[in-house]
Amino acid sequence: MERQLEFQYSSEQQALKAEARRFLSERAPLSKARAVLDRADGGYDAELWARMGDLGWCGAAFPEAYGGHGMGYVELCALAEELGRSLAPVPFASTIYQFAEALFVAGSAEQKASLAPQIAEGRVTGVMALSEQAGPLASGETRTAVRGGAIFGQKAPVVDGMTADYAAVLARDDVGREGLYLVDLRGPGVVREPVSTLDPSRGAAILRFDGAAQTPLGQGDAAWSILPRILDRAAVLISFEQLGGAERCLEMARDYALQRYTFGSPIGSYQAIKHKLADVYVKNAVARANCLYAAWALSTDAPELPLAAAAARIAASEAYALASKENIQTHGGLGFTWEADCHLFFRRARHLSLLIGAPREWKRKLVTELEAMEPEAAAAGGRQ
Amino acid sequence: MTLDDTPEEAAYRAAARRWIVENAPDLERLSLDERRVWQPRHREVATAWQALKATAGYACIAWPTAWGGAGGTQMQEAIFAQEESRAGLSFPYFMTGLQMLLPALLQFNSDPRTLALVPPAVRGETIWCQLFSEPFSGSDSAAARCSAVRDGDDWVLNGQKVWNSGAHQSDFGLVVTRTDPDALKHKGMTVFWIDMRNPGLEVRPIKMMTGDSEFDEVFLTNVRVSDAQRVGEVGEGWKVILATLANERAAIGAGRGPSWREIMRLARETSGWNGPVMQDTDFRDWLADWYVGAEAVRLLGLQSLSQLSHGEAPGPEGAAGKLLWASLSQQISSQALDVLGVQGLIDDPKIAAVGGVFHQRFMWAPALRLGGGTDEILKTLIAERVLGLPSGPRADKGVPFKDIPIGPG
Repeated sequence: MERQLEFQYSSEQQALKAEARRFLSERAPLSKARAVLDRADGGYDAELWARMGDLGWCGAAFPEAYGGHGMGYVELCALAEELGRSLAPVPFASTIYQFAEALFVAGSAEQKASLAPQIAEGRVTGVMALSEQAGPLASGETRTAVRGGAIFGQKAPVVDGMTADYAAVLARDDVGREGLYLVDLRGPGVVREPVSTLDPSRGAAILRFDGAAQTPLGQGDAAWSILPRILDRAAVLISFEQLGGAERCLEMARDYALQRYTFGSPIGSYQAIKHKLADVYVKNAVARANCLYAAWALSTDAPELPLAAAAARIAASEAYALASKENIQTHGGLGFTWEADCHLFFRRARHLSLLIGAPREWKRKLVTELEAMEPEAAAAGGRQ
Repeated sequence: MTLDDTPEEAAYRAAARRWIVENAPDLERLSLDERRVWQPRHREVATAWQALKATAGYACIAWPTAWGGAGGTQMQEAIFAQEESRAGLSFPYFMTGLQMLLPALLQFNSDPRTLALVPPAVRGETIWCQLFSEPFSGSDSAAARCSAVRDGDDWVLNGQKVWNSGAHQSDFGLVVTRTDPDALKHKGMTVFWIDMRNPGLEVRPIKMMTGDSEFDEVFLTNVRVSDAQRVGEVGEGWKVILATLANERAAIGAGRGPSWREIMRLARETSGWNGPVMQDTDFRDWLADWYVGAEAVRLLGLQSLSQLSHGEAPGPEGAAGKLLWASLSQQISSQALDVLGVQGLIDDPKIAAVGGVFHQRFMWAPALRLGGGTDEILKTLIAERVLGLPSGPRADKGVPFKDIPIGPG
């Protein structure tokens, strides 16, 4: 059947999303995120992770030849949205949005064949280990170095670095070329140390490499031609987690505004609250529109992907920042307590918006993409 | 998810694009003054274009042929509109009638005399205006006081309307009246269509803050209309109003006006601190934010279209899109003037940057935030209808309309 314009989730994708929401509300209530946060040992909810592997979520967008489940990227985006809503404390963003994407974009056929099926089953987790210093990730500033078959240096913070099996590490070779290198974190020469972050419901580590074994990820030495492609793809998926979290914050604030009375009326009947929440709604609508467009670009490998990914990343980061802080504000003093759940979202909002570069880095990238477009060019024909 | 045209849609788009290239009017032939909306030459061009479209089956594409439409699909209509706007053709004269009023008129009135008014409007031979707002009924569109009293087969109308776009150049209007002041506010209204040449009708232009006069006040003194001109049931005017207002928001949210391409061109051509303004980091940051918002307006439209093509009713995106576009318009025009620096003061279209389009937009933007639901009304609408928050205490509920306080005026 020929396909008509579809700029929304299909009915099958909506069903998958509803199923994911049921599963997560049962298996990943906020108490799970809170338990990991209280434990603060850099770990995650292993039982939940195993169940997600059984459900086929990890390999949702993988090609079937690599243990995938024949779904696709829009389906993965739908799952990400639900995971974002639930604050599920699992290494999905590190393993699936980042490490697996790095593997598929940069890895050799052998590397994909050996790792992807295990990732799809939820048996292996991975991280990207990029940042070494404050400020944006920039070429020429990597100090972590490979010498012979070994790697030396330090990366921090690496989210899920305490538990991950593998890392794709940004490092330079002996002539200074930067590349991505695959390191088995369980081997000798790797020291992991937990590091406290703004969002302890997602554990993080300082990773020290002291002669750990490495193999180039694919060609190895071409980091700056492949890294942006990996990060664009990760950005789209992370944006959907941010969108899910932002929408949950709006719902929490709305629910509280309906039940909390002051001056004899629900606070939601006052325009100060109404207009604040309407602003959050509009910001979320901006994020959803840009996210859906980026999901389309990701799922169709469209040339618009870099621009769409940056727009989604910016819109979703800003929406979650606004929704999570105004959720606290709407809850009043209660919202500032440890006991209320508002801070869990406030933490996760900032965690996700810094994870692969702050919004200001993506704004810079977005404008560079706009400049690269022919200013007079009309949009491509035959497409909306 | 797919944004690609189906083969039929692609063929339709290609044909429409070709037809537009071959037939589009050349606005360059008009002087800058003549090119302004409601100037006679501009209106002539718009009227000829509308007639040409109707002959070729490109006017009101999704309407049945009995109404003067082309009997096509919503998708075809959307595709043609995209191609038209890509070619820079946008004439506001017929929008109020064709996008907002006549669909509601046809939904609520099946009188043959009424139906006969529609095909000429599609051909651009007549212009319709909205006669809703009043001095005491602005944001509160259910507060109309203009009275209509039954007299045999006729009704006699008395009252005043205001903010009526293009009323001085309109042939017909849709007027909201109060037929039962003893009923509750939302229950006592009735809508009629009216011939603007009707005796007893006086149109006075309002000079806007831009200096132009696109709006009017309309005074009705013993204006007689036949009962066949009634739109909907007596006392059921609120339903008709709601049907038109939703259309209005969708139309305003569509995102016309200068875009990131125009302001980027301006920033490339204007010197900044370190080469062109385009290289200034504050401008680049601003541009990224603006682009993300403007993309959302475009994509919200696409979302509505996608829902329509799947047989679903579009959601409340119309309100969000309208709210966004109004403030984005204000931001981009303000930013463009800042980019120009002191030269931004010059608004003479003959010498101003980009023919003064940003200056015009700057002075027009406050109206965008007011018309079709003010920012504040739309936020309240989102809070109550979408988020389900309760309405605050109101003095106009549960009492006869005539007892509702109106203040000193």
